[in-house]
Amino acid sequence: MIQADLNIILPEILLALFAMLALVAVVYTGKDKMAPMLTWLTAGVFAILAVWIGVSGDGDNIAFNGMFHDDAFSRFAKVAMLLAGAAVLVMGADYMKRRNMLRFEYPILVALAMVGMMVMVSAGDLMALYMGLELQSLSLYVVATLRRDGVKSTEAGMKYFLLGALSSGLLLYGSSLVYGFAGTTTFAGIIEAVSHGHAPLGLLFGLTFVISGLAFKVSAVPFHMWTPDVYEGAPTPITAFFATAPKLAAMGLFARVLFDAFGGVIGDWQQIIALLSVLSMFLGAVAAIGQTNIKRLMAYSSIAHMGYALMGLAAGTALGVEAMLVYMAIYVTMNVGTFAFILSMEKDGQPVTDIASLNLYSKQASGRALALLFLLFSLAGVPPFLGFFGKLNVLLAAMDAGLAWLAIAGVVASVIGAFYYLRIVYFMYFGEEGDTLDAPRSMVQQVMLMASAAIMLLGIVNFFGVDTAAQAAAAALMPH
Amino acid sequence: MTIAAYAFWLFSICVITGGFFTVISRNPVHSVLWLILAFLSSAGLFVLLGAEFVAMLLIIVYVGAVAVLFLFVVMMLDVDFAELKAGMAQYLPLSLMIGAILLMQLGMVFGPWEFSDTAQSLRAAPTPTDTHNTAALGLILYDQYFLLFQLSGLILLVAMIGAIVLTLRHRKDVKRQNVLEQMWRDPADAMELKDVKPGQGL
Repeated sequence: MIQADLNIILPEILLALFAMLALVAVVYTGKDKMAPMLTWLTAGVFAILAVWIGVSGDGDNIAFNGMFHDDAFSRFAKVAMLLAGAAVLVMGADYMKRRNMLRFEYPILVALAMVGMMVMVSAGDLMALYMGLELQSLSLYVVATLRRDGVKSTEAGMKYFLLGALSSGLLLYGSSLVYGFAGTTTFAGIIEAVSHGHAPLGLLFGLTFVISGLAFKVSAVPFHMWTPDVYEGAPTPITAFFATAPKLAAMGLFARVLFDAFGGVIGDWQQIIALLSVLSMFLGAVAAIGQTNIKRLMAYSSIAHMGYALMGLAAGTALGVEAMLVYMAIYVTMNVGTFAFILSMEKDGQPVTDIASLNLYSKQASGRALALLFLLFSLAGVPPFLGFFGKLNVLLAAMDAGLAWLAIAGVVASVIGAFYYLRIVYFMYFGEEGDTLDAPRSMVQQVMLMASAAIMLLGIVNFFGVDTAAQAAAAALMPH
Repeated sequence: MTIAAYAFWLFSICVITGGFFTVISRNPVHSVLWLILAFLSSAGLFVLLGAEFVAMLLIIVYVGAVAVLFLFVVMMLDVDFAELKAGMAQYLPLSLMIGAILLMQLGMVFGPWEFSDTAQSLRAAPTPTDTHNTAALGLILYDQYFLLFQLSGLILLVAMIGAIVLTLRHRKDVKRQNVLEQMWRDPADAMELKDVKPGQGL
C-alpha cells in the first residue's frame, strides 16, 4: 500500500531529496561559490518536474488515506508554480550575485518552499494543509530576511513572520472547531458531515477562521497589511518570487478547502469571499495611486489582482474556478515579466525602485519600454491584451453565478486601478527629462521580459491551451 | 464529586491562572515561571485524560527544555521590557473590547454546539484499550500519519537552515584555532635543539 502511495507523491519526494542532497553536497564543497550553479540546477529541476507532471500525470489519485490528492487541479497548479519558480530563480541569480546576496541556501530554501506549495495544492486533509502551509511559509520568512544586515529586509522578515504566525493560529483554531463538529480532518469526511444537514454555527465559525487564515496568505483585504512592507523590504528577486508561485499556491489551497471540504455550504462562504474580493479590489486600486516605489506599487497591484481571483472563487461554480485558474496563470506570467524589468532597473549599478526614474524611458530603450507597456496594459486589463481576457472570464463567471453587483464593482475598481499603471506608461513616454537608467546587463531578464510581453499579445489567440487545462482542473475540483 | 473531578478543576484553574499571569506579569522572569505552572497543570490534565506519554513529553520537553531556554533568553538578553510594554496601555481598551466581543461570540458558538451525526464514530478513540499509550502513538505517527511526520521533519530542516542562514557569521578579524594544523606540526620544523655549553650563552 505504501508503495502505491509513494508513487503518487513521487515528484514531491524527488524535489525534497534533491534539496537535501544539494544541501549536503554544497556544504562540503564550494559553499557560496557553488550558489549560481545550484540556482540554475534548481531551476532546471523545477522545469523538468513541471514537464514530467504535466505530461505523465493522469487521473484522480488519492494517497495516504485521503491526505494527498493528485488530480487535474493539483497538477495544473503544480506545473504553473514550478515554471514560475524556475523563471524567477534564473532571472534573479545575476542580481543577487552582484550584490553579494546569492547564498547557496537560497535555491535550497526555495526548493523546500516549493515542496510545501505542492503539498498545499494537493492537500486532502486539514493537517496536511497546515503542514504544507508551514513548510512554505517558514522557508519564505527566511528568504525574506536573506539580506540580514539590511534594516528593511530584517523588518520585512520579522513582520512577515509575526503576522504569518498569527494567521497560522487563526487557521489552526478554525481547524479545531471544524474537527470538533465533523469528528474528522479529512476533506472527504468534512464534506460528508456537512451535507448531512444544514451547517451549524460552530462549523461556520470554524470555516470563517480558516478563511481568515488563508486570506492572510493570499493577502486579501483586510488581511493585507504585511504585503507592501514585505514586498518593499525583501530583496527584489525574492519579492518577485513572493508575487508569483506562493500566491498561486495559496489560491489553489483556498479553492481546495472551499470546494473539497465545504462544497456543500457554498451559500455560507460565498458572501465572505465576495466581501474579501470587493475590498481587495478597491483597496488595491485606490492605495496604489499614491505610491512612488514600484515594489510597493506591485504589492498593491497584487492585492487588487487577488481580489479578482477571489471573485472567481466567490462564484462557487466550475466556471468560476476555471476563470480563477486562468486568471492566476496570466497574473503569474505578467508578474514574471514585470519583475524581470524591475530587476534590471539600475542607476550607476545600484538598484532603483522609484517610478520617476522611468522618465522618458522610451527614448532610451524603445523595445523594452514597449514590452513594459504591453505588460502594464495587460495588468490594467486593457484590451486586446491577455490580462483583459483574464478579467473578463472572472467577471462573466461572477455574472453567471448571479453576483452582478460584484462584477460591476470589479469593473469600477479596474477602471480606478488602470490609473496607476497608465501613469507609469505616461512617465515612460511623456515624462520630463531626467536621469537615465543604466543599460540592462542580464540577458535572462531581457528574455523573460520580452517573452512575457509577447505572451500578453500572442496568448489571446488560443491561451496556449491553458484554458482547456484549467477547465479540466476545475472539473476535478467539483463534487462528482 | 470524585477525586478525578476535583483534580480536573484544580488543574484547569491553575492553567488559566498561569496563562493569565504569564501575560500580565511585570517581571519577565515571573512570566516564565507562571508559564511553567501552566505547562505542569496541563500535564496533569493529560494524565487525567489517560495520555501519560503526552503528559511526560510536556514536562520533559516544554518545562525541561523550552521554558528553561526562555528563562535563559530572558535573563541574558538585554531587552527593556518596560519599554516594550509602554505601548500596551494605549492599545489596552481597544484590545479588551475586541477580546470581549470575541469571547461573547465564542459563547454563542459553544452554547448551542452541535455535532455532526457521524462525528462520534469518526473521531479517533482517545485511549486504545488493547495497546500501550506510547505504542499506540507510534502506530499512528509512523503509519497513518506517515506523510505528516515526514513533512514535519522537512519543516524542522527548514528551521535549522534558517537559523544558520540568519545568524552564522564568518568573522575575518578573529584568530581561529585549527586543530589539524596544530597536530600536524612537525617537531623537526618547530624546534631547534642547541647544545649549550656550561658557562656560555648563545
